[in-house]
Amino acid sequence: MSGMNTPSNAVPALSPELRTALIHKLTALADDELILAHRNSEWTGHAPILEEDIALANIAQDELGHASLWYDLRTQLDGSNPDELTFFRDANAYRNAPLLELPRGDWAFTMTRQYLFDQYEYVYLNALTQSTYQPVADVAMKILKEERFHLQHTQVWVKRLALGTTESTRRMQHALNDLWAYAQQLFTPLQHETTLINASIVPDLPQVHQQWLTYVTNHLTTCQLTPPDTTPPNETRYTHTPHLTDLLNTMQSVARNDPQGNW
Amino acid sequence: MTRPHTPHPTPHTPDCTPEETRVWQALKSVNDPELPAVSILDMGIVRHVSVQHNHARVTITPTFSGCPALETIRADIKTTITQLGFTTDVITSLTPAWTSDWISPEGHKKLADAGISPPEPAQTNPLVQLAFTAARCPRCASFDTEVKNTFGATLCKSLHYCHACKEPFEAFKPL
Repeated sequence: MSGMNTPSNAVPALSPELRTALIHKLTALADDELILAHRNSEWTGHAPILEEDIALANIAQDELGHASLWYDLRTQLDGSNPDELTFFRDANAYRNAPLLELPRGDWAFTMTRQYLFDQYEYVYLNALTQSTYQPVADVAMKILKEERFHLQHTQVWVKRLALGTTESTRRMQHALNDLWAYAQQLFTPLQHETTLINASIVPDLPQVHQQWLTYVTNHLTTCQLTPPDTTPPNETRYTHTPHLTDLLNTMQSVARNDPQGNW
Repeated sequence: MTRPHTPHPTPHTPDCTPEETRVWQALKSVNDPELPAVSILDMGIVRHVSVQHNHARVTITPTFSGCPALETIRADIKTTITQLGFTTDVITSLTPAWTSDWISPEGHKKLADAGISPPEPAQTNPLVQLAFTAARCPRCASFDTEVKNTFGATLCKSLHYCHACKEPFEAFKPL
């Protein structure tokens, strides 16, 4: 995926502190998309119906494209190679939120996770279009336009399953109970993120968290689902669950078998 | 719904040099590999062409950011323009973000002829969520159609069914 989207405009100047913090943030944004793309791609050939097989494959491909855009911005800052980052980093160097690495579970789990993340991307990217770092604002706008199709899709699925049968309702509430605390971690600042927030390169988190909660709780109420009381998970963007190692073992196996391979 | 129309990138404006006009002409033969009926000029993917000292620089903008066709398009542009005797650079620009409103009227016609319903005008504000409007059947022109899947065989298309002629068809997504 390297070099896919080299923008024509020059890279704005940044202080060394901001540059380091932004590289870190771009990695987290890209890793979220990449890991979710992989989890979604696991449904290819296994989704409950053909239309959803196609939809999930599309969504996975979109998220992979979005990961590529964020990695490319990082490349502009430090010359890193997105393929190297993707295939030759170990779990402890990944900065995705643990929410996205959890095994795909059942269809209720996959749809609930995707919905919670889509709604987060919606509010977060919208705020990010105001970034004072123009390349970030441009990428946010590009992704936001595509995310609309995801959110439309997952909102409907959450409703359909939550108000479906006793069994589908039970599974949805169960998925929400498992995912809710992990979803809140999307709004936990990274190390040094405050520097970026103060420079208005990225939005302040409490405000977008509040917006997200408003949208999500409204929809969940309509769907007669109840967010659980939860305590924060032990895992973070810096520690991860063992599931990430399992995922990377699969995702990276071919590239690591033949590091010189040309694709 | 109307939207303030973002101007379509204009091929060979009057101040184009003869070399640049040759490049624009040649680009007419480069097609989108996932929509072979339609050239990349019809798609509004090419944003800028400049030729200086026998070096051509073509700026393109991706349609959907995960679209695998982009790599092929870049390679095809390079091959085509190199054949004109220029060294060639293909640059990707994300801003302003591509919109399906940039597909030319000719592009709309070619899509419909290929059995793909052309896109509705895109929404100005990506935060506004509207349901898909009924797509026009590219075979019988009926609007008595329904969306079967908002995702299709490629990122840019959705799947529909026409109640009038009882045939499924694809539509280009408004982006």
